[in-house]
Amino acid sequence: MKARITVTLKNGVLDPQGKAIEHALSGLGFEGVDEVRQGKMIELSLADTDKTVAEARVKEMCEKLLANTVIENYAIEMVE
Amino acid sequence: MRSSVIVFPASNCDRDIAVALEQISGSKPDMVWHGETSVPSSDLIVIPGGFSFGDYLRSGAMAAQSPIMKDVISKAKAGTPVLGICNGFQVLVESGLLPGALMRNRDIKFICKDVFLNVERNDTIFTRKYAAGETVKYPVAHHDGNYFASPDVLAEIEDNGQVAFRYASEDGEVSEADNPNGSLNNIAGIYNKELSVLGLMPHPERLISAELGGSDGVLMFESLVEAFA
Repeated sequence: MKARITVTLKNGVLDPQGKAIEHALSGLGFEGVDEVRQGKMIELSLADTDKTVAEARVKEMCEKLLANTVIENYAIEMVE
Repeated sequence: MRSSVIVFPASNCDRDIAVALEQISGSKPDMVWHGETSVPSSDLIVIPGGFSFGDYLRSGAMAAQSPIMKDVISKAKAGTPVLGICNGFQVLVESGLLPGALMRNRDIKFICKDVFLNVERNDTIFTRKYAAGETVKYPVAHHDGNYFASPDVLAEIEDNGQVAFRYASEDGEVSEADNPNGSLNNIAGIYNKELSVLGLMPHPERLISAELGGSDGVLMFESLVEAFA
């Protein structure tokens, strides 16, 4: 079983890299682009066979290491 | 004063802090590798600057999970003073010993220059030799020093007097113009509630003699030496 975790900065937390990308897109002539947020994606394989158990474990991994919940949100997607 | 310096892969200010500690306290610190599980009995534990674990995932995130950190956290909670400089500050927030987070600098650039700081209080073991309201010059060298905390946590830090240093002008004026990295409230360093753990982005250990361009960092180490005399 695989999990895909997306980590992004929380709303309200300034994302300087997202802002820079937004400026660069505008410089390239892409109009009307707003609220660019940069994040990271982490994929991992799990030995678990029970999806509920696996998802709970990934959530614990996110809380303990993969995301810094002071500034980041995470979303977990379980992939068969 | 007996001190220990924790060394992670890619720490790079461990020798600077060791020189500063030896020069000012007269005794060499124990250098403790991150893979160890216990810190020798010390008056002070220092987590030095650098780029531990290549700043993978987030600055300080990997180091905060190192075997040695369990003992650092338990000793800190039992009252042993801990000083985290630069990457050491990042490790302290990632390990939960200090509140908040250190994000990418506002202008996304690595900043390496001298800055001025207001010493917010001079009644702690780290600052007792500084004058009240003193403004000092320390260098900064970081990419992720933009201090962030949620509004309620920030209010709590301010109310508790946990701000140790604020970025300021040479004459001590605090404004956005002298904020190098976008830190909330110009925060350059904070204490835990008990004032026994200090994390700061600037490097006091790099300005300890005139030959290095200044000696404003000396008083921090003299403060500690006096506190443990």
